[in-house]
Amino acid sequence: MMTTQAPTLPEKHYLNAGYGWRSWLLTTDHKRIAVLYLISITAMFALGSFYAALVRWNLLVPDGSHMSAETYNKAFTAHGVIMVFFFLIPSIPATLGNFLIPLMIGARDLAFPRINLLSWYIYVFGAAITLYALLAGGLDTGWTFYTPYSTVYAQSNVVIAVVGVFVTGFSSILTGLNFIVTIHTMRAPGMTWFRMPLFVWAHYATSIIQVLGTPVVAVTILLVALERIFHFGFFDPNRGGDPILFQHLFWFYSHPAVYIMILPAMGVISELITCFSRKRIFGYSFIAMSSLAIAVIGFLVWAHHMYVSGMAVYSAMVFSALTYLVAVPSAIKTFNWTATLYKGSVQWDTPMIYVFCFIGLFLIGGLTGLFLGNLGTDVHLTDTYFIVAHFHYIMVGGAIMGYLGGLHFWWPKITGRRYLEAWGKVSSLLIFVGFNLTFFPQFFLGYVGMPRRYHVYPEEFQVLNVLSTAGATILGFGYLFPFSYLTYSVFKGRPAGNNPWKAKGLEWTTTSPPPAHNFDETPTVTEEAYDYATPPKEKSALV
Amino acid sequence: MSELAAGGGQHPALQHHFRDLEQQKAASSLGMWVFIAQEILFFGGIFMAYIVYRIKYPEAFVAGSHHLSWQVGFFNTLVLIGSSLTMAMAVYSAAIGKSRRVVGFILATVLLGSVFLGVKYFEYAEKIGPCLPGASGVGCLVPGERFDASALGVSGEAAGHTQIFYSLYFGMTGLHALHMIIGIPILLVIARAAWKERYSPEWHTPVEMVGLYWHFVDIVWIFLFPLLYLIGAH
Repeated sequence: MMTTQAPTLPEKHYLNAGYGWRSWLLTTDHKRIAVLYLISITAMFALGSFYAALVRWNLLVPDGSHMSAETYNKAFTAHGVIMVFFFLIPSIPATLGNFLIPLMIGARDLAFPRINLLSWYIYVFGAAITLYALLAGGLDTGWTFYTPYSTVYAQSNVVIAVVGVFVTGFSSILTGLNFIVTIHTMRAPGMTWFRMPLFVWAHYATSIIQVLGTPVVAVTILLVALERIFHFGFFDPNRGGDPILFQHLFWFYSHPAVYIMILPAMGVISELITCFSRKRIFGYSFIAMSSLAIAVIGFLVWAHHMYVSGMAVYSAMVFSALTYLVAVPSAIKTFNWTATLYKGSVQWDTPMIYVFCFIGLFLIGGLTGLFLGNLGTDVHLTDTYFIVAHFHYIMVGGAIMGYLGGLHFWWPKITGRRYLEAWGKVSSLLIFVGFNLTFFPQFFLGYVGMPRRYHVYPEEFQVLNVLSTAGATILGFGYLFPFSYLTYSVFKGRPAGNNPWKAKGLEWTTTSPPPAHNFDETPTVTEEAYDYATPPKEKSALV
Repeated sequence: MSELAAGGGQHPALQHHFRDLEQQKAASSLGMWVFIAQEILFFGGIFMAYIVYRIKYPEAFVAGSHHLSWQVGFFNTLVLIGSSLTMAMAVYSAAIGKSRRVVGFILATVLLGSVFLGVKYFEYAEKIGPCLPGASGVGCLVPGERFDASALGVSGEAAGHTQIFYSLYFGMTGLHALHMIIGIPILLVIARAAWKERYSPEWHTPVEMVGLYWHFVDIVWIFLFPLLYLIGAH
């Protein structure tokens, strides 16, 4: 054993820079805003999970005797709306991105700290409106608000929910705007574009989608609200409106929104896999550029959600071809991650276990996506549980694994303390098993024809549904573990030291937790990203 | 804090997280352009709807458009272009350090903007008035149950489709007017700061930024005017 001293927390850091609710609710420190976001999205995640539990509980029996059809519709809608708009979209960017981007590029803060705080308030305000709609009467349109059901027939709180989602969209736009400007103008001396961590590249690509996609869905759902309140005829066939136009405008955002969820997770994976392989990432520039390629091509594939909605066959063929094309940059990333492992010195810490979960599950999710991008198979599989399984492999298997991996990796940076490693490993395994047991059977259910969003199903589907519900139970418990031991570690964890993983990157050259102003002196970058051949600089060596 | 002592006299407008005014300006200006990109996509959604329905229902669009007064629209176009001119003069005056003139030109911009909104109010009132409870309903041009296409000179299916034209008319001009209503108080805040001599040739970024926003809103109208008022007017 080496005789190094046990690490201690720094005397002054951003967490003890001020006390009291004003120092949090009026803060402009990106690190504190990240913590505010972390708390809010965790609450939304818990609520979204509760609704998922209701859905799975209903599907335990084929006859729908556990709840009425109406309640079931409201439960899956609430699950979708909360998880998509209030958890997945802000998840990594608003927490880890907010916390880390200025640290990674050697800046003191984001370019617009007050707008950053404003975006959190907008998020909370939008969430409050939407929660009111969901809890006081509910919403039964599904998270997609398809017309003319949402505009004419739905009896539920469509207008209030739409206003809530509309408001929240601006929080996402402002976060993206802030990131783009920060990455362009706030980099430390020597931090060239191709020395930036891939996490930052991934967030740059994500921000472009947030800024260019979100306003389109905002105006679209605004038209839905106008149609419902004033009986404007944008999407009403009785007045000459076209409901399919709604679908085009909706998916123009909502397909790229999938990349808002997965790209930041890919950024996390790039950071983690190189650190825990102790080896420079393979194909840095290919991974960086593939993020941009996903952002660009991702805007051109939306109509693959609409093959059966009514569309010219040639349009459908073009969208199908583009859908295959967007799989290429994702594959480039996956190959490069795998190649990074080759001859690396692989360590099995908790974040790395999530990396392996991500790669395997994202692979399944991505490849089954190709089944659905294909014109022939999609007609058979669309609106079945195959779709449900596919996008949960991307959103839970991909985005949430990346989120949890990143959260564990940077937890010592955020809190200055270690979580209990053994607990981390056990719960990552539990989550992996629970996730697969929940969603793998759904591929079979969909393939043999069980439609999604139905309240009842034929009895022969019950075995697979019971398996799925059992898996969801394990998954639910799996989530409770990190929530408990991470919370515990904030108060009782042992101090982590500034760089417990011996990782590269500017964020590890400052103290853990970082001081309020991030760096005592502006860092100057002299080396490539992920130069794991040389040992990382210690904080003490810099001063 | 330490750099204040070491640097000796920092510009009062420099925020703590920027290295220098150059960096701060670059950030603000890029931020505004990104915001405008976002705005273009925001309007883009409803412009897309316009394109789709104009191709689908050309006859109804011509009829709906003919009923709008192009003279009023033209007057408003002149007013708005004038306000862009005064806005540009305000930015120029800030760049050469004439604070009083900045205030004057911004107030002129606000005045012209208000004239535009006033005209818009009367245009709206004429179409909404007949739809209000108690009114006859004749000539009501708000899409919905009371919509009355009798004055538009079309019949049959096209008469029904003029509702789509008026949905777009209210949607597009309404969103545009909302952007002006948001812009005016911001202009007034900037005018107040200019009155207090906050801007100088080396730092007047807020004036430039609100100018960009105002020009953008102006350009949206430049597209809306022909698309809504001048269909088939050749």
